[in-house]
Amino acid sequence: MSGAERPYTLVAELTYRCPLRCVYCSNPLDYGQHREELDTETWLRVLREAEDLGVVQLNLTGGEPLVRDDVEALIAEARRLDLYTNLITSGIPLRRERLARFRELGLDNVQISIQDTEAVASDRIAGRRSFERKLTVAAWVKELGFPLTLNTVLHRANLDHVADIVALAEQLGADRLELANTQYLGWALPNRAALLPTPAQLGQAREVAAEARRRLRGRMEVLFVTPDYYTDLPKACMDGWGRRFIVLSPDGLALPCHAAHTLPGLRFESVRERSLGDIWRDSAGFGAFRGESWMPEPCRSCERRGIDFGGCRCQAFHLTGNAAATDPTCRLSPDHHLIETARREAADASSRPLLYRSPRGVAVERRSP
Amino acid sequence: MISAESRLRLAAKARLRFDRKSSRYMLLYPERGLVLNPTAADVLQRCDGERTVDSIVEELARQYGHERPAVEREVMAFLQNMADRGLVQAVA
Repeated sequence: MSGAERPYTLVAELTYRCPLRCVYCSNPLDYGQHREELDTETWLRVLREAEDLGVVQLNLTGGEPLVRDDVEALIAEARRLDLYTNLITSGIPLRRERLARFRELGLDNVQISIQDTEAVASDRIAGRRSFERKLTVAAWVKELGFPLTLNTVLHRANLDHVADIVALAEQLGADRLELANTQYLGWALPNRAALLPTPAQLGQAREVAAEARRRLRGRMEVLFVTPDYYTDLPKACMDGWGRRFIVLSPDGLALPCHAAHTLPGLRFESVRERSLGDIWRDSAGFGAFRGESWMPEPCRSCERRGIDFGGCRCQAFHLTGNAAATDPTCRLSPDHHLIETARREAADASSRPLLYRSPRGVAVERRSP
Repeated sequence: MISAESRLRLAAKARLRFDRKSSRYMLLYPERGLVLNPTAADVLQRCDGERTVDSIVEELARQYGHERPAVEREVMAFLQNMADRGLVQAVA
């Protein structure tokens, strides 16, 4: 390790269980195989070890973190450690009293996902009735004095609604609105042909978001994350492998990103066996793509290599079969034609069936008529 | 716009934290954080909803032994930037 690495954020995926079945879920396709969740004591130890490494931000996420009954204990410990704690939730299994208790315990921010601006379209993406409930929970968040982040994952079916999403966020009093285009990993990859937008949609939505950002400056932070399929440049995935983030999977694997354990041939270690600090500093998995020595051309001599770090390793693997390849979203990648083909397919506007997240994985679902 | 009479406090989403690794204060907010230089930390620690910007300038000019106009320019620019980013808010 060069010493430049310091984890600032721990993404605590407390569980892969979730009442929703979103078609772009970032959990791995085989999440149903990861059943052995860490116990409370181990999570509390991990929080202390994370803080000791320099972590200052804690994201409690999943799956749906609130299906666990120890979120209270984790919030209390995080507060004692002076971590900035953000609860990322669907809002579904939440009672007002529980949320009020989180406030007393020192939770800093609540992030709620909204799939679209009206119930039918929203519930279609989430795979169950949930929209009205989310609005109720968002109102509680503000009533109890929390800052509210609203997050909407954007795709072909809702990109034309960005103005309405902004209006809904204003109506709910959101402090922050994340308009995040789908990342085509996890469940979004098999759904790509149904979700990838057209360039025209994207351009228009970007303008609407930019106008909202200007108009709401100082009141609501408006973020618009462009999909890397249309930037011709890779994203700086996780700010670089093993530089700033640790993701802890529900069963205890310490990972550089949400999907790193889907890469074959890499060994990731569990906090059940070693401390988070030891894993961060010298495990083979964290070391695999740290720095620049792993880089192939055109990354190795590219002037942007310190900006985008070669892009996303998981995207490279899931599109090319080689995790050490240049991210194909880069126009300089020899595999960039894969992205161009996906874009051409997206231009064909015929509707396609959606594959819903399921613990049985993809293979079984695909057999259904 | 921030004025000399504004009384500011940190936004609900923002929190100051001393970072022992860098020996600096950080301003933390959802998914982000700013590492503050000592002057910025001194300013934000005084954004308590009671002091006016003017009184913060006065205090810091005295504390640093600097000319007041220079301190005022720096503090106003910094706070306007923080307000534009929604990290400090004027108390009504």
